[in-house]
Amino acid sequence: MLFYTVLFTPLLGIILFSFIRRARWAVSINLLVSTVNFIAMIVWLVRWQTTPSFFILHAHEQLYLDALGLIGWTLTTFIGMTTALFSYGYMLQNLKERRITLKRLQLYHLFYQSFIFSLLIAFSANNIGLLWVAIEGATLATVLLVSLYRTPEAVEAAWKYFIICIVGIALALFGTILVYFAAQTSLDPSHAILWHSLAAQAKTLNPSIMILAFVFLFVGYGTKVGLVPFHFWLPDAYSESPGPVAALLSGLLLNVALYALLRFQILTNLSLHNGLANQLMIIFGLLSFVFASFTLHHQQNIKRMFSYSSIEHVGVMTFAFGIGNTIAILSGLFYLIIHALIKSAIFTTVGNVMHLTHTQKIEKIRGILKLNPWVGWLLIAALFAIAGAPPFGLFIGEIGIFLATLQTYPYLAIILGVGFLIVFAALLRYMQSMTLGNPEKVSAPSIAKINLVPAGLHLLIVLILGLYMPPFFMQILKQASSLFTGQ
Amino acid sequence: MMNIDAIQLLLSALLLLTTFILLIQRRVDSMIYTYAWQSAFLSLATLSASFVTPYQWDLFFSALLIFALKVIFIPWFLRYLSHRLSSTKSSDNPTSLVARPFLLSMIASALVLFSYNLTNSLRTSTQLFSSNAIAIALSIILLGMLLIITHRKAVSHALGFMVIENGIFFAALILTRGMPMKIELGIAFDVLVAIILFGVFFFHLNTGIDSLDVDSLNRLREGAE
Repeated sequence: MLFYTVLFTPLLGIILFSFIRRARWAVSINLLVSTVNFIAMIVWLVRWQTTPSFFILHAHEQLYLDALGLIGWTLTTFIGMTTALFSYGYMLQNLKERRITLKRLQLYHLFYQSFIFSLLIAFSANNIGLLWVAIEGATLATVLLVSLYRTPEAVEAAWKYFIICIVGIALALFGTILVYFAAQTSLDPSHAILWHSLAAQAKTLNPSIMILAFVFLFVGYGTKVGLVPFHFWLPDAYSESPGPVAALLSGLLLNVALYALLRFQILTNLSLHNGLANQLMIIFGLLSFVFASFTLHHQQNIKRMFSYSSIEHVGVMTFAFGIGNTIAILSGLFYLIIHALIKSAIFTTVGNVMHLTHTQKIEKIRGILKLNPWVGWLLIAALFAIAGAPPFGLFIGEIGIFLATLQTYPYLAIILGVGFLIVFAALLRYMQSMTLGNPEKVSAPSIAKINLVPAGLHLLIVLILGLYMPPFFMQILKQASSLFTGQ
Repeated sequence: MMNIDAIQLLLSALLLLTTFILLIQRRVDSMIYTYAWQSAFLSLATLSASFVTPYQWDLFFSALLIFALKVIFIPWFLRYLSHRLSSTKSSDNPTSLVARPFLLSMIASALVLFSYNLTNSLRTSTQLFSSNAIAIALSIILLGMLLIITHRKAVSHALGFMVIENGIFFAALILTRGMPMKIELGIAFDVLVAIILFGVFFFHLNTGIDSLDVDSLNRLREGAE
C-alpha cells in the first residue's frame, strides 16, 4: 500500500494543480506534495529495512522494485523535495520580475510533478516497454520546462533537446522491440517483456539479436545520458533552462537514462558472455570523459561549464559500469548517487549566484564571497566536491574506479588519472576567479536563507557519505551490484 | 495464407516507396499527404496481420488506432498548423541535399542495402512470414533520420519523427505481432503528446524567431556570446 502512496503522490499533485489559481498556493502545494512523497518514501524504507526483501513485484508483475530501482526512487523523491524547496522562492521571484506569467507557473508545476511521476514509474517498471514509455514521458515533460522563459535562446535549446532526444529515444524503442523479439522463442509473450523473467532466462536469448538490440539501446538511451557523439543538446538545454529545472535535469534525468542503459547492459552481458556491451560502454564512457574534461577548460558561461562537467562525470560512470568488476560497479553506483546530489546542489547554487550578479558569464562573476559569504562558501564547497577533492564522497568513488581500472585495464588508468587532474585544475581555476577578488558591483540583492538550504543539505550528505558509510546504505549498494554479476 | 503474405509484401514495398517520396519532396503540403498515405498502408498491413494471428483483436484495435491517429488526426493537425503559420518566408536552401533528389535517393538506396546487410542475422535465425519486411522496417527508420538531417523546416522534422515511428511500429508488427496492448497505448499516448508539443514549438519558433526554418536556430554555439 505504501508502495502506491509513494508512486501516486505526484499524480495527486497533478490533479490539485488543475484547480489552483494562486501563485503562492501553487508553489506551496508543489513543496507539500514533494515533501509528502519523500516522507512516504522514508517510512517505506524504514519498514522495508526490518524485513528486507530485495525483489518486490506489484500490479501483475508490471512493476518491480529491486535495490537498483530503490536507489533511483530515493534519489528522485529526495531531489524532488529539495528542488521544490528551492523553486518555491525562485519561482515567486521570477513571477515578481515578470519573467514568467501565472499561467506558465501553473504549467511549470504540472510538468514538475509529471516529471517526478514518470521517473518513479521508470525506476519501478518491470515491463521494458513501460520503462520506455516512462522515459519518453519524462523527456516530453521537461521540454516545455526548458523553454519556460520563451526567449529565442530558450526556444532554440528546447527544440534541439526535443528533436535530438525523441529521435534517440525512438531508436531505444526499436532496441526494446528487438529484445522482446529475442525472447520470443524461450518465453511466452506475456513474460518476454518483463525484465525479471528476461534476466532469469537471459542465457536462452538469441545472442545475435541481442547484439543488434543493445547497439540501438545504447545509441538511444546514450543520447539521453549525454554520451559524447550525441551530447549536443545537453549544454544548450542546461544553460537555458531555469535554475530548478537544470537541477532536475542534471540530478535526475541523466540518472534515469543511465539506469535504463544498465538494465539492458545486464541482460546483454548475461546473454552474450563476451563483454561486448561492456566494451562499448568503456569506449564511449572514456571518450565522453576525455572530450568533456578538455572542453571544460574554455567555457565562458557558468551553466555550460557545469553541463560539460556533467558529461565528464557521466562518462566516468559509464566507464565504471563498463569495467564491470565488483569494485567498479560498487564505486560506479556510489558515484552516481553522489554526483546527482552534488550536481543538483550546484545548479541551485548557480541559481543563487545568478540572482546576485544577473549574469551567466564567468568573467563577470567576481568576488561572490564578498557579495554574499553564504553563497560564496557554498559555491566553493560545491566546486571542491564536484572536482573530487577529499573529504567529499566523490573522492571515494573516483579512487574506487581508479583502483578497479588498475586491476583490469592498467593503461586506461593512466588516462583516467590524468583526466581527473585536468578537471581538478579547471575547476580550481574557475573557483578562484569567481569567488575571490572584488565584485564588479558593491551591493547585491539579498538572498533568503531558505534558498540556501537545499544546496547545503546536499553537500552535508555528500560530506557525511565521504567520511562514514552507514551499513544499511552499503547493503543496498551490494545488493544492487549483485544484479550485475548475476549472483 | 499465401495471399495474405503477398498482400503484406506489397504493403511493405509501398511503405518504403512512400518513404522515398517523402524524402525527396520539398513542398510541405505534399509531404503531409504522403505521410497520410504511408500511415494508411501501415494501418492496412496491421489489419491484414490481424487475420492470421491468434491475438487478432489486439491488432484489429491497433489498426483502428493508427487510422484515427496517423491517417486522420496528425495530418489534419500538421496541415492546420502549416497553413496557420504560412508566413514562412524562406524555402529550402538550394545548396542542401533536398535540391538534389537524385543524389539523395542514391544515399537512401545505400541505406536500404545497409539495413538488408545489418538484418541478415535476424533473417536467417528465425522464420519470418516475410524476410524482407524487417530490412524494410529498419530502412524506414534510417530514412526517417536522413529526412530530419536533410530537410530544414520544422514541419519536415516533425514528419521525419513520425516516419521513424511508423518504421518502429512496422518492425514490432512483423517481429512480434505488435507490442502488448497496454504498451501500445502508452506509445500512442506519447506520440500524441509529442505531436502536440511539435505544434506548440511551431508557434514558439514562429513568434520567437519569426521563421519555421531551423537554419535560423544558430544562437547557441560553443563560444557564442
